[in-house]
Amino acid sequence: MNKKWILPSLYILFLMLPIYGLLSMSFKTTNEILGGFSFFPQEFTLANYIKIFTDPTWYNGYINSLIYVAMNTVISVSVALPAAYAFSRYRFLGDKHLFFWLLTNRMAPPAVFALPFFQLYSAIELFDTHIAVALAHCLFNIPLAVWILEGFMSGIPKELDETAYLDGYSFWRFFVRIFIPTIAAGIGVAAFFCFMYSWVELLLAKTLTSVDAKPIAATMTRTASTSGYELGLLAAAGSLTIIPGAIVIYFVRNYIAKGFALGRV
Amino acid sequence: MRKTTNQKAWWLVVPVLLLVAFNAFIPLMTVVNYAFQETFGNNQFFWEGTTWFEQVLRSERFHDSMLRQLLFTGMILAIEVPLGIAVALSMPRKGPWVSVCLVLMALPLLIPWNVVGAMWNIFALPDIGLLGYTLNSMGFDYNFTQQPVSAWMTTVVMDVWHWTSLVVLLCYAGLCSIPDAYYQAARIDGASPWAVFRYIQLPKMKRVLTIAILLRFMDSFMIYTEPFVLTGGGPGNTTTFLSIDLVKIALGQFDLGPAAAMSLIYFLVVLLICWVFYTVMMRNEEQ
Repeated sequence: MNKKWILPSLYILFLMLPIYGLLSMSFKTTNEILGGFSFFPQEFTLANYIKIFTDPTWYNGYINSLIYVAMNTVISVSVALPAAYAFSRYRFLGDKHLFFWLLTNRMAPPAVFALPFFQLYSAIELFDTHIAVALAHCLFNIPLAVWILEGFMSGIPKELDETAYLDGYSFWRFFVRIFIPTIAAGIGVAAFFCFMYSWVELLLAKTLTSVDAKPIAATMTRTASTSGYELGLLAAAGSLTIIPGAIVIYFVRNYIAKGFALGRV
Repeated sequence: MRKTTNQKAWWLVVPVLLLVAFNAFIPLMTVVNYAFQETFGNNQFFWEGTTWFEQVLRSERFHDSMLRQLLFTGMILAIEVPLGIAVALSMPRKGPWVSVCLVLMALPLLIPWNVVGAMWNIFALPDIGLLGYTLNSMGFDYNFTQQPVSAWMTTVVMDVWHWTSLVVLLCYAGLCSIPDAYYQAARIDGASPWAVFRYIQLPKMKRVLTIAILLRFMDSFMIYTEPFVLTGGGPGNTTTFLSIDLVKIALGQFDLGPAAAMSLIYFLVVLLICWVFYTVMMRNEEQ
């Protein structure tokens, strides 16, 4: 009966191996990496990390990424909240079609939109700004946020709204004072997803930036191609991109399972 | 939930509508523009009708990348869904290990996609990577930059590594919502483990599984960054999936007409399959 732990353990081991490979490489010197395979770093070095934290082209990449991810999360969740409320509480002309149309944008391959986005954001002179990436990521994050929030809101009985209106609350007062605190968990989960998809996306972020708002992920591709084989540096930069995600997961760990089900368990 | 009809609810949707429309309509119309016209720059356009579409639909290259895409999506669904269900079934329901499992499993989902590609590239390097070195020293001839089969396997395993956790987490959420009483009733009836799975667990997971398959289908059909960083579409064209091919045509060769036509066909295929899924899912929810 209790051999059940074997499969999850093996699975987690499988998940951790490539991450370990990356971490161990980030502590090696270039000579050691190119010299052959070793499971543990032989000449342990922090040089790769020091380089990243002292070179502005590197650490600015992290700052840029975090800025546009934060902007996108705030924009997506705040516009998705009222919309999700409308979808979960009311019937209105074209509601179902609208909902599906929103979801279709989640299905649009970013590769399709890369070039038009470049032209659009150049035309309105937002190219290479953080807000451009934040707005572009709204394309798939708003539909997702609406979807998640709608799921959570539908789980809250409508009597809550009706009682509040009877007590003389105006719509916005009810919404801000009562409703938003009630679905705080749902908002957390939606924000988590927006963070996640904005953080991991690269194609659009790279297309819409050149210098000032260049994301860390794009800085990495440049290093990989121009300066040849700086694998240690690449590995260190990669390891550092795992940290923000890990921190965010830790905060939402209790809601993660329900959150991934988009509130529709 | 019973809903009241209220046309004023439109006002609540307006901000979302404006933002998404700005990001979706204008670029989409740009694509449509390019798909039906020929341009030599300077904003001069010549009507081409459906030439590009015919060209794309007839081209061997498009057929090949579409086939590769379908094969890839089929393979990863066939591995990730059963594996995800199995892991979710054997995960602990309570206790301190739950959080540990969840956090560790969710980790791959939050790694930027090009880092996933770079990580697997490093991991699989034949002479200095952990996986490549181990395989080669075990006597397998493995080199993903030169052998099509190795490249394919590495890409598939990378995707399994990256996304199976999504299926696990969704299924786990479904399983957690089953009340203990169901299991007790099953025990009293003397149900076999298979019967418990078939008649209690699977029906409860149906909804979340649909979401999982839908998300995995959409995302794997759009996959670009990870295989691009890992193999660059090679060796040859063996791992050039639809998005990679599209970007090659659009930004590499700057053939905007065929690229736009291909984009539209590509988008329509995804849309069609997702619409079928969505309709089925909504029908289930209404029942």
